[in-house]
Amino acid sequence: MKGRLVARYGLLTALAMVLSYIETLIPLSFAVPGVKLGLANLTVIFALYRLGPKPAAALSLLRVALVSFTFGNAYSFWYSLAGAVLSFLIMALLRRQDWFGELGVSVAGGVCHNIGQIAVAAIVLRSTAAAYYLPVLLLSGVLTGMAVGAAAAVLIRRIPPFER
Amino acid sequence: MKRWRRDLLLIALLLAAALTLFLLPRPSAAGAAVLVLQDGEEIGRYPLSEDRTVSIGEEAYNLLTIKNGAAAVTEANCGDHTCVRTGWIDRTGEQIICLPHRLMIKVVGGGSSDWDAVAW
Ligand SMILES: [Zn+2]
Repeated sequence: MKGRLVARYGLLTALAMVLSYIETLIPLSFAVPGVKLGLANLTVIFALYRLGPKPAAALSLLRVALVSFTFGNAYSFWYSLAGAVLSFLIMALLRRQDWFGELGVSVAGGVCHNIGQIAVAAIVLRSTAAAYYLPVLLLSGVLTGMAVGAAAAVLIRRIPPFER
Repeated sequence: MKRWRRDLLLIALLLAAALTLFLLPRPSAAGAAVLVLQDGEEIGRYPLSEDRTVSIGEEAYNLLTIKNGAAAVTEANCGDHTCVRTGWIDRTGEQIICLPHRLMIKVVGGGSSDWDAVAW
């Protein structure tokens, strides 16, 4: 039972790491450099629906830490952390309120992910110029969110329960 | 059961917001110089009209190249290399950011006092 729990978390974390790695290959370099697509949100949404908010939060934080130590640096850590925390909070809230389906939750999360990152960029660079890229980031957040949300909706329904 | 309708409404609203922001006037004139900022402080300003290379920093290293009226970071040891991948910039307001080195390079307009207004 304990072993299965560990294996389950390990699997989701590994999946999040793979998706994060894929993201580093597709940087939004035309926008604010360093900003990532948010593909790893797929695992967070899956965890949010199937395991609950606490495991999802743990997964999200674990992913940010592991990815930053593996592929990033101190700055990308704060960058990703801000995006992940803001995104997670809004997704957990929307999930609880049950106003939206997976698609809406994912899109809101994607947009917040990008807003969180841009906010840290504005603080680090002491410049509001980062806001210049807000429309691009908003658009990419919506598009990535839609793709991730659609995929998550399928996975949440199709993957057989592994709770027991 | 109507949650998917709300999903679509949310998506439509966010797309409308993005579109509105896109349509707001944005600087696009060819710039006159590049401004180099580290930690938000100006550490250099170079005209785009003269070809040159500027090496910024030693441990945290970025090579700024100005050529044919455009600027790019052509070498860096920052790890993520997003600054290098940004490529050439020459329009007022365009910028290259190297977050690991807390560096921002941006194209500014001709005058020395109006750049803030032009590029935000
Ligand atoms: Zn760099």
